[in-house]
Amino acid sequence: MRADSLRRVSLRAAALGYLAVLLLLPVGMVFWRTLEPGVGAVLASVTTPAAISALSLTLLAAAIAVPLNAVFGIFAALALVRGRFRGKAVFDALIDLPFAVSPIVVGLALLLVFGRNGWFGDWLADHGIQVIFSVPGIVLATVFVSLPFVAREVAPVLREIGSEQEQAAATLGASSWQTFRRITLPSIRWAVAYGVVLSTARAIGEFGAVSVVSGKIAGETETLPLLVEKRFQNFDLAGAYAASALLAVIALATLLGMTLLNSRRTRT
Amino acid sequence: MSVAVPQPRVRTRPVSNRTGLLPLGVATLWLSLIVLLPLAAVVLRSTEGGAEAFITSVTGAQAVSALRFTLLISLLVAGVNAAAGTLIAWVLVRDSFRGKSLVHAVIDLPFALPTIVAGITLLALYGPASPVGVNVSFTQIAVLMALLFVTLPFVVRSVQPVLLELDEQMEEAAASLGASAPTIFRRIILPNLVPAILSGSALAFSRAVGEFGAVILLSGNIPFETQVASVYVFKQVESDNLGGAAAVSTVLLLLSLIVLLGIRGLERLGSRHEG
Repeated sequence: MRADSLRRVSLRAAALGYLAVLLLLPVGMVFWRTLEPGVGAVLASVTTPAAISALSLTLLAAAIAVPLNAVFGIFAALALVRGRFRGKAVFDALIDLPFAVSPIVVGLALLLVFGRNGWFGDWLADHGIQVIFSVPGIVLATVFVSLPFVAREVAPVLREIGSEQEQAAATLGASSWQTFRRITLPSIRWAVAYGVVLSTARAIGEFGAVSVVSGKIAGETETLPLLVEKRFQNFDLAGAYAASALLAVIALATLLGMTLLNSRRTRT
Repeated sequence: MSVAVPQPRVRTRPVSNRTGLLPLGVATLWLSLIVLLPLAAVVLRSTEGGAEAFITSVTGAQAVSALRFTLLISLLVAGVNAAAGTLIAWVLVRDSFRGKSLVHAVIDLPFALPTIVAGITLLALYGPASPVGVNVSFTQIAVLMALLFVTLPFVVRSVQPVLLELDEQMEEAAASLGASAPTIFRRIILPNLVPAILSGSALAFSRAVGEFGAVILLSGNIPFETQVASVYVFKQVESDNLGGAAAVSTVLLLLSLIVLLGIRGLERLGSRHEG
C-alpha cells in the first residue's frame, strides 16, 4: 500500500510541476511584473489613446465575427447532423480546416484575394474599397480563425437529442422555422453559448492572421494583440505587460464563463 | 442469441428533406467565401510560376531548414504532449487533492489566452529579465516551450473523457490476479487510451506546425536555427515574395490536410472500438 501512495503522490507532483513550470508560474509572473510599477501606471498604460483604440477595434472585430459565425455554426451543424447529402464527410472535414491552417497562411490567403495585386484587387480599387491594411481585412481574418467553434459544439448536441421531437412537431403541422425556434433552439442553446465563448476568446486573441493584413497603423488598424507586440519590440516592457494583462483578464473571464457554462450544460 | 426477426421495411422520410437544404446552402456558401476561396488563392499562386518555380521556392536552403525544424519540433511537441497530457488527465481523473477543480479550470487557459500573451508570459519568467536566472530566449528550447504552452490542453482534453468512462472492473480483476500497478496500466489502461492519445497528439502536432504568435517573440527568428515555417512565410510576405510564401504555405496546408484526415480516421477507429 505504501508503494501505491508513493506512486500516487509522485505522479501528482509530476503533473502539477509540469503545469506550474509551463503555465502557472509564467502567467503569475506577468501579473506580478504588470503590477510592479503600481496600479496607477497600469491604468495609465491601458488607457492611452492607442490602447483604447486598439481595444475597441479588437472588440469590434469580435462583435462582427462571432454572431456571423454563430449563425453559420448552427446552420452547418444542422446540415451536418440532420441533412443527407453526398460529400458530407468532406463538408465535415472542411469545417475544421480553419483550426488546422496556420494563421499566417490565413493572412497570406486574404492578401492574395483582396490585396492590391490579388484576385479582386483591381475591382476593389476601382470601387474605392480597401480591405487589406484596413478594418474589413481584420474582420475577415477574425471570421476565418473563429469559424468552426459553434458548429463543433452544436453538432454533437444535435446528434444526441435526435430528431424525434422535431419530427413530431413537423407531423403536427409546425413550419420548419417554428420547429427550429420552439424545439431545436432551446435544446442547443447552451452549446451555442459555449461555442460563442470559445470563438470570442479566439477572435479577441488572434494575432498571426491579423498581423499580416492589418498594416499596423496606430490608432486605426492596430488590435490589442498587435499593440502588445509593438510595445514589446519598442522596449516598452511595462506597457506590453499591461496590455498583456488586460488580454489575460479577458481570457480568465472567458475561462470562468466556460466553467460556468460547462456545469450548466452537464446539469441540463 | 441472435434470432433474425424480419424487420418490416418502413421507409421514413427524414425531416431533413424539408429543413436540410437551406442550412446546407448557407453553410456551404459561407465556408466557400471565407475559407475555401482564399485558400484556393494560396494554392493557385504557388503554382503560378509552374512546377519549377514551386520546387525552387520550397527547396531553397532557408525554406527547407525552416520546414525541417518545424516538422521535427512539432513531432517532439506531439510526443511530449502524449506523455504529459496523459499524466495530467490521469491525475485529474484518478487522484483527488485540494484545489483539483482549480487545476481542472486552468488546463484550458492556453486556449483562452492570446498567443502573443503566451509568448510574453514565457519571456517574463524565462527571458533576459528572468527572476530565476534562466534565459532561454532565442533558442530552440524557447520555441519548444512556446509550442508546449499553446498545445497543452489537446491530449488532456481528449484522454480525460475516455479515462472517466473506463470500466474499473477490468483493473480490479487484473489486480486480483496479481498484476502490479504498472502492468495494469500498460496492459489494461493504456490500450484503451491509445486512440484518444493519438488524436490529441495529432491535434497538438497540427497546431504546433502552424503556430506563429507564441513563437514570434521567443524564437528571435534566427534562420537555420530557430526560424519556424510560419515565421519564414511571414518574412517572405514582408519582403513581398508572395510566390515563395504561397509555395511554403501550400506545403503547410497539405500537412494540415493530412493530419486532419488522419484524425478523422483515428476517430472512426475509436468509435468502432466503442460500438
